[in-house]
Parts: sequence; structure tokens; C-alpha cells
Amino acid sequence: MKQFQYIRPSTQQSVIAALSQPGTKIIAGGSNLVDLMKHGVMTPDKLVDINKLPLRTITPIKNGLHIGALALNSQVAEDKQVMEKFPLLSQALNAGASAQLRNMATVGGNMMQRTRCPYFYDIALPCNKRNPGSGCGALEGFNRMHAIFGMSDKCIAVHPSDMAVAMTALDATVIIAGKKGERRLPFGEFHRLPGDTPQLDNNLAKDELIVAVEIPTNNYAAHSYYLKVRDRASYAFALVSVAAALDIDNGTIRSARLAMGGVAHKPWRLTAAEKALVGKPATAASFEQAAQLAMQGAKAFKDNAFKLKLAPATIVEALTHAAGLV
Amino acid sequence: MEELNNGALPDGQEQPAGNPRRNFLKQSTLLTAVALTPGVAVKAAENHVDEQVAAVFEKLPLNIEINGTKHNLLIEPRVTLLDLLREQLDLTGTKKGCDYGQCGACTVHVDGHRVNSCLTLAMMVDGKKVTTIEGLAKGDELHPMQEAFIKHDGFQCGYCTPGQIMSAVACVREGHANSEMEIREYMSGNICRCGAYPNIVNAILEVKAGGQQV
Repeated sequence: MKQFQYIRPSTQQSVIAALSQPGTKIIAGGSNLVDLMKHGVMTPDKLVDINKLPLRTITPIKNGLHIGALALNSQVAEDKQVMEKFPLLSQALNAGASAQLRNMATVGGNMMQRTRCPYFYDIALPCNKRNPGSGCGALEGFNRMHAIFGMSDKCIAVHPSDMAVAMTALDATVIIAGKKGERRLPFGEFHRLPGDTPQLDNNLAKDELIVAVEIPTNNYAAHSYYLKVRDRASYAFALVSVAAALDIDNGTIRSARLAMGGVAHKPWRLTAAEKALVGKPATAASFEQAAQLAMQGAKAFKDNAFKLKLAPATIVEALTHAAGLV
Repeated sequence: MEELNNGALPDGQEQPAGNPRRNFLKQSTLLTAVALTPGVAVKAAENHVDEQVAAVFEKLPLNIEINGTKHNLLIEPRVTLLDLLREQLDLTGTKKGCDYGQCGACTVHVDGHRVNSCLTLAMMVDGKKVTTIEGLAKGDELHPMQEAFIKHDGFQCGYCTPGQIMSAVACVREGHANSEMEIREYMSGNICRCGAYPNIVNAILEVKAGGQQV
């Protein structure tokens, strides 16, 4: 690993001030960053350890729940308020990584983990995300794990987070601190599609800090389900995952929330399918129709055509579980 | 890294005689560090790792308690907890498997929670308590999980075993050892290439059923 300086400021202001120097990166849990540094993919000159900041608490707020950016993934997954009000988030978190990594990874760090693929990790291969302009190795290479939505000819990697898929479906808001104070961003707008700048995974400025995520109260707790399909039963990235949440009144869907993971450079919200479900009976036929709608515009590459069948099937299965039909 | 306490091992034993070169390097770098580092500055740095300290020092002070023994060290920020344990404190029970957080062989407890020590920078464990496989037994009395692994033949080559046992203890403490399915899910961060999984699960089930304090 390249040598770097390490500082551990105790105030938000000093963290933000330190970030203005080039080559500086925040470290929270380190589970993705240290891995990337060992591979030589990321080579910061200075790490700003933010673990002294008081951002670890989960607190009820008016109309929702406030989750500090340093709350651990395991802490959030097992939090009583989260399990009761947002079981979808708890399920998604527990579907991610391993018990050890969930004890290290923070909410903010989970969001900041790199959108990535094997070509990004191998510094001997071209990758526009790691080295802009060098080309995309995956485009014509082995692309079984890659995107079917929202990709560009510059990058076809997918964002690996499960938590972010649930947060997107749950209409969470990201609270970001910068030099000029705080700003709020819908969770679904935090991560980016690759376009011509795949080196940018998200819309956080270099001198900004995620301080919290807030989830608004909803009526989905009784009917939500996170389904992750992967190559082994546990501790693997999603081939496809679906966060499904339904508000069902007497067999009729009042509203729906749907997002997919493993299919795009960011958590992929299925807005058209959500709208189509409103007013429909909670039945297999409605779910099939929504899944077909969700797949419009999907495009496969050489090795990932199976996702065109797997994704709609996973949507139907997740909705079926959410509705309590199995 | 240098021990600031004369390079003695955590349990107060003499340095092992097996690797004179390593011991020489340790002691000589210790002398260099002590010579170059004013005590006042070290104290100041311990209290507040800030810009000035980071710029002046190639090595930073780390206070850490490992298996009940306190250490005051100076380390490079890029040293992982795993390398600190194995390469600098001779606690080689914790194993380096993949070194990328994928196999779990390096699992230790930090303040009671299991983590991958290979992806943990040692500096980030400042002020915390670490337990490694060497810290589980009480003298000659093995931990119940160690006994159970032996009884159920929960290993073949044994390389993943320290990580498996540290993870298994945490799995029971966390309350995630209630069924075979749950154990398999919550032990998924520990890979065993010999395939001792059924026996590992049986060992954990037995410890859970025994209800002992783990």
C-alpha cells in the first residue's frame, strides 16, 4: 500500500477543511477503501478518519427516522425502530456482505463504496472509471455481472450496495454538510449514471461530507420484501436484487415502491411499474404486468442476457412475498 | 512499529530466540524511534492526531489493548491490524488468508465485535480492546468453542480455524446461532476450503445448546 498521512479530526468543520486539499479521502469503516488501496486502485495521499464525529446515532424525528452516517450496517440492521418501521432496510442490510464487514461498514461508507467491476479492480486492464479515457474492458469482455439499464459506452459496471436499493425504494433523503452548511438530496439522486464521466459514482462534492440519511414514515412495513439473487446463498454480490414495498388495502394496492440492484450504475428505481400497480389487485397478474413494464429499455451484453429473464422474475417473486401470497 | 516498552512480548516473556534478525531489527528501530521522538511530542500526539502531527511524524502513536495487555506503539498509518498482530507483535494465531476481506481467516474481536483485521487500519483501533484467538483460552482451559471444534472435528488443515472460532463465538453472542440455517448465514464470511462446514455448524449448535457464557 502506498504511504499516506492519517488525521483524525474531532469536528465536522475540520474534516471539511481537510477535504479541500487534493488527494484527500475520508475513511469511516474502510472496508471498501482499504481493499481498493491494497489493490492500488485508489491511492490517497491523506486519509481523514471521521470516526470521532458524533454521527453514530439512530433517532426518531417528526415523520421519520434519522440515521447518522457513521451508524454501522449491523447496528442499523438490528435496530428495533428500523426492524419495526422499515423491515425492508433491515433485510437489505443483512443481505449485504458478511457479519464481519457489516460490523465495520457505515451507512455513509456503504453509499460511498465504489460502483465497480473486475476491470475496475485490475490495474493492468483498461477502465474509464479508474483511468478516464483508457476504455472499458467490460464492454467487449466478460460482462456477466454487468448492467442492463442506464449504462453508457464508457462504463457498464453496477453499484453493489443492497442498503442503497432499499433506501431508494423508501424515499430516503441524504443530508450532506459542506463549507456553506447543509443540503438535502433525495437518495435516488445521490448516485449517478456513468454517461461520459464514469469516474464519478455520485453527486457528493469533494469537500462535502454525508452526515445522515432520513427515512420518511410510510405504510409499507407490513408488506415489504428484499429479494437478492446471487451465485451462492450468502456473501456474494447480487446478480439481481429487488426491494418491493406495498401498501395494500383490502386486496387493492394503494401505493407501491420498487427498486432493483445489480442492474445499473446506481440503485434502479422502477417508477413506471410503481405507478402501474396503484389501484390494481395484489395478484400475480398485476405483478407480471408491472415486471414487464419495469423491463422496458433493458439491454443485455454478451454474457448477461440471463438478467433480462432473471430481473422480471425476481420482481414478481419479491412482490409476491411482499404481498404475503407465499 | 515499535514497542515503547523495551520490546517485551505482551505476556512479559523474553523475545523468542528463533529469529534473531527480526529481533535485531525490532530493537534497533525501537532505539531509533525513542531517540528521535521527544516524549512530550508523543504525549501530545496521543491526545490529538491532527494536521501538525501527521505532517511531522512518519509514525503515529497507537494505544491498544490486545488480549488484556496494553500496548503503546508507534506505527505507520498504512499498517493493518492483521499485520500489526502477526508481523510486529508475534501474535500469529490470527491468519492471513486472502488479505482482502473475502475469507474471514483474519477475524478478531474489536470491543467485542467481530471484524476482518485485514481491512482494518491499526490506527483506527486506537483506544480499543482487541481479542484474538490467543485471548480466548483461560490458561490451559480452552474456550467452550475451541473444545467444541475439537470434539466435532470442525477443521481439516486448520488454517481458517482461528477465524472460524472467533466468528463462531461472536455468532453465539450476537444471538444468531439459533438454527443450522441461521448459523450458515451468519458464518458466511468465513470460508473453509477443506469443507468442514457441517462439523463447524455442529460445534456452534452444541455451544449454543450448552448455554455457557461465551
